[in-house]
Amino acid sequence: MLAFIARRLVQSVIVMLVVAFIAFLVFRYVGDPLAALLSQDAKQADYDAARERLGLDQPFYVQFYYFVINALQGQFGISYRLQQPVSQLILERLPATIELAFASATIALVFGVLLGIYTALRPRAFSTGVIMTGSLVGVSLPTFLIGIGLIYVFAVELKWLPSFGRGEVVQIGWWRTGLLTQSGLRSLVLPAITLSLFQLTLIMRLVRAEMLEVLRTDYIRFARARGLSQRAINFGHALRNTMVPVITITGLQLGSVIAFAIITETVFQWPGVGSLFVNSVAAVDVPVMAAYLVFVALVFVVINLIVDILYFIVDPRLRDGARTGK
Amino acid sequence: MTDLPHSPEQPVVAVETSRWKTFLKSDIVWSYRHSPVTIVASIVALLLILMAVFAPLLAPYNPFNPATLNLMDGFTPPNSSSFSGKYFALGTDSQGRDMLSTIMYGSRVSLFVGFMATLFAMVMGVGLGLVSGYVGGVVDAIIMRVADVQLSFPAILIALLIFGVARGIIPPNQQEGAAVWVLIVAIGLANWAQFARTVRGATMVERQKDYVSAARLLGVNPIIILLRHVLPNVLGPVLVIGTISLALAIIEEATLSYLGVGVPPTQPSLGTLIRIGQQFMFSGEWWIILFPAITLILLALSVNLLGDWLRDALNPKLR
Amino acid sequence: MHSSLTRIAAVLVASTMLAGVANAETIRWARSSDALTLDPHSQNQGNTHTLAHHIYETLIGRDNDGSLTPRLATEWALKDGDPTVWVFKLREGVKFHNGNDFTAEDVVYSIERAKSEFSNMKQLHAEVQSVTAVDDHTVEFQMTGPALIYPNNLTNTFIMDKTWSDEHDLAVVQDFASGASNYSVLNTNGTGPYTLVSREVDVKTTLTYNEGWWGEKPPVTDIEYLTIADAQTRISALLSGEIDIVQDVPPQDIERLSNTAGFKVEIGPENRFIYFGYKFGDEPLKSSNITDSNPFNNPLVREAMELALDRDAIQQVVMRGQSIPTGIPNPPFVRGWTEELDAYPAPDVEKAKALMAEAGYPDGFSVTLDTPNNRYVNDEAISTAYVGMLGQIGINVTLASRPVAEHSPIILANESDFYLLGWGVPTFDSAYVFNDLIHTKTELHGTYNVGLYSNPELDEKIIALGTMDDMDARDATVAEIWDVVKADRVLLPIHNQVLAYAMREGVTLPVQPENQPNMTTVTFE
Repeated sequence: MLAFIARRLVQSVIVMLVVAFIAFLVFRYVGDPLAALLSQDAKQADYDAARERLGLDQPFYVQFYYFVINALQGQFGISYRLQQPVSQLILERLPATIELAFASATIALVFGVLLGIYTALRPRAFSTGVIMTGSLVGVSLPTFLIGIGLIYVFAVELKWLPSFGRGEVVQIGWWRTGLLTQSGLRSLVLPAITLSLFQLTLIMRLVRAEMLEVLRTDYIRFARARGLSQRAINFGHALRNTMVPVITITGLQLGSVIAFAIITETVFQWPGVGSLFVNSVAAVDVPVMAAYLVFVALVFVVINLIVDILYFIVDPRLRDGARTGK
Repeated sequence: MTDLPHSPEQPVVAVETSRWKTFLKSDIVWSYRHSPVTIVASIVALLLILMAVFAPLLAPYNPFNPATLNLMDGFTPPNSSSFSGKYFALGTDSQGRDMLSTIMYGSRVSLFVGFMATLFAMVMGVGLGLVSGYVGGVVDAIIMRVADVQLSFPAILIALLIFGVARGIIPPNQQEGAAVWVLIVAIGLANWAQFARTVRGATMVERQKDYVSAARLLGVNPIIILLRHVLPNVLGPVLVIGTISLALAIIEEATLSYLGVGVPPTQPSLGTLIRIGQQFMFSGEWWIILFPAITLILLALSVNLLGDWLRDALNPKLR
Repeated sequence: MHSSLTRIAAVLVASTMLAGVANAETIRWARSSDALTLDPHSQNQGNTHTLAHHIYETLIGRDNDGSLTPRLATEWALKDGDPTVWVFKLREGVKFHNGNDFTAEDVVYSIERAKSEFSNMKQLHAEVQSVTAVDDHTVEFQMTGPALIYPNNLTNTFIMDKTWSDEHDLAVVQDFASGASNYSVLNTNGTGPYTLVSREVDVKTTLTYNEGWWGEKPPVTDIEYLTIADAQTRISALLSGEIDIVQDVPPQDIERLSNTAGFKVEIGPENRFIYFGYKFGDEPLKSSNITDSNPFNNPLVREAMELALDRDAIQQVVMRGQSIPTGIPNPPFVRGWTEELDAYPAPDVEKAKALMAEAGYPDGFSVTLDTPNNRYVNDEAISTAYVGMLGQIGINVTLASRPVAEHSPIILANESDFYLLGWGVPTFDSAYVFNDLIHTKTELHGTYNVGLYSNPELDEKIIALGTMDDMDARDATVAEIWDVVKADRVLLPIHNQVLAYAMREGVTLPVQPENQPNMTTVTFE
């Protein structure tokens, strides 16, 4: 057990280093922060001086070395654009993203499971065809189009819901929540729906496929032969067996919801880490961009690690077998 | 040659007809014929693809040739004639480009990027999957670990990163010419892992089988074993993943272009057109965003429907 | 200075309007990007100054028509008999938000801070040798030479409280490279009309009226300043009633907003021109198929390119009428602008083709045009339109469109053959344009002369402008320089930008030509 976890940890560290390296590599090339930092009438000498102060004249590996050393201490430097510590900026915005991610994951899970069960139990119904095709429409619509469409209909034309931002927020310790005010909850609706559609389709299809698979197994046939009611079979046995992979996938997906939020947050001007990232890209705010990518990688690595360990505990077969891949 | 005027040809035709007949009677055709949605989707996809491929012949104007544009024709509404007296069925955009022609040429860009990126991902994924499944050991562990990491990151983020790296490597005055290829590589590299994983699984199963062991004992080149025997067995799932990847690649291209990191605005893809059109959503020029958006949705949807059907058709358990 | 009369008039107008206003009025105001910092001297950037002007004050202000107005300084003049010394009389009875008195000491401290190493304001005060407090309310600026137009450079340099700054160790300006933030990035103590209530960077900043302010109480008492990056989201938020005033309205939305009941748009010229630049010199272009010469270096080609540019079509279609086409890279606000210079030729494709043939390029040539796509109003669309126009005279252009953060480094490294750029003139004086765009590129001049135009005769005249002590002679030299710039087509100007602010009915925010509106100028109906 310990050896397994240790191996996983080492792999995770390697992943983090690689991601940090790529992030650093990319951002060194996307543009020059000096153009944004210095004023229009700055002279060539000012550019050279600033380059030196930022260490941008140092060789690449030296810059990377300092980046990793500082990152290990949670220091990502000062945002070029906003002139505040990057770690503080990310921490400030994290609650917004997490609340959005959880809200949309909940929507995706609830509706995804319900629709998945429905379509699995009525595989040949017309309504199933409609739902299955409709879900493909959801996947085929780019997120930005869904967001724009929802804003246009519900905010501009109908004026039911706010079009941007988080509404009023309440401060609880360092956590700034929008879940406790009416305007905060109203602001959450449209972005959460936008963000959830893709995952919803995924979960629905997964539940349906798993249900169909399980309903065909001998175990269910046997239950049916024993004379258990259809209802008890469907929900008591089939669903329970379906939920393990569903919950695993949903857990894994939570990470990508956070990362996917980039586009949703941009469209709805949601003050989370995703929109912070996009605004930083435009300004070549390298410290923020690099920190964001490392942060996303960290989220994935941690979630994957937890899932792996859970698997290890749940599934005894894995304990003695070497596990390559997933 | 003259001795055998007809005899060899006759059976060939017969065999082909009978093969064709068997094909017509197969499960796959049966399921196709009984799925009206799939029939409609395939017709729509085919029409869109034909429209894109033959755009230079079909399109009333060439929107990619700036010399033919008249800026004063800009913002002409659909089905009306413009400032300079030309007729535009779907209106014009902010630059005076005919929307219909621009969409045809734009679909061409989108489909080209989509197909090439998927092909790239497929070749890379299948290749690595075969190697990984056949060789096993450390090679397998490394390839699969990379695939794992990549699968857990959203493709868009990966494509953005690769795009960023490419931009840094290519000198500024060559970037525009290379933009389409950079896009293809970026999207392709973001999507290979799915192929690799599926192929690896199937390869591992095949490798255990007696005929492969036998072939190996006979000293047959492993590459030939892989290509002759293993590859055909994994083609079904690869095709399914390929179709779905195509839809994904089209959407990813649109999203990247929407974020402004795609093809140059003088040769817009569907995503670029939507980005441009979005600016005019509130000002009344709805046609600039609506028509490209509909085309993009139809394209992605019909390909997705085909992929969906193909998956069910090749996996009878799910029917 | 004649400005005291205008100020009295302004106060009268303001006070009559005040009569019908309730006690507390909140304005929710949104624009595309936030102030970069609250440290008043760290950044020389429009959005940052705009917010700072509400909290801090400058010695001299600028009216919406571009003229200078008294602010913390009530009078200023050159010292009798010495054109190298400026004397400022300071306003009496002014207090900082924390209650400290505003005195000459604070001015000396602030100007020195603005001149210090990490300040981005230091270029504007390069000619200041020393600042001394004569008494509590008089300050003298010793310049390095005659500096007739120096007061123009003071309109964005804010005055801090020396005592407060020393308490918080603020002598060093916030340095983005230092790895540490300073106290003034998030905390303020100015003399301005509003005090800071809260600030969530990039999201929302709230301000409330400073009861101790020396000026007339403005109708707006509370401000919610919001950052909404996406233009369509910004407009949506206005339409759905979530905000009152939107800055940076895209031209295409102006008409619909003006026609929508309950909303209106204020429009006015901005002090900024947009232009195309090209590479001079004999060296062949990097992105062209012509490898033995530089077509742009041929005056006939430049003339053909101007004749191909249909400025009116760009104004009508791309800009929806929201721009002022111009034939000179200089906005009308700036000293040295004339109507004759502003005139531009009517497009003439046939003549342009003939010129191309005469220049030796009957089949045209190919080149890449670098354009930003998120910096100026419809920048990418302007470039796309010009690509079409150049196509008609055989110049085959590839368009390279990038966000400004990628565009600028390429431009500044002289890497571009052909580019679009915009230029604002914060000093409202032609010399500002000459120094950075026309003078040969050197360490101290011509930073943005990235087409590498070089005319030693002009360089001499430009340098001479800096130390002239007679305004008439100076104006004459400025006119001479402009004549050469126009004849040589050093730059190819397109238009001056127009600013548009959209707001709900019942609120009026007049347009400020530097795009730095102040909420004290808001009126209610």
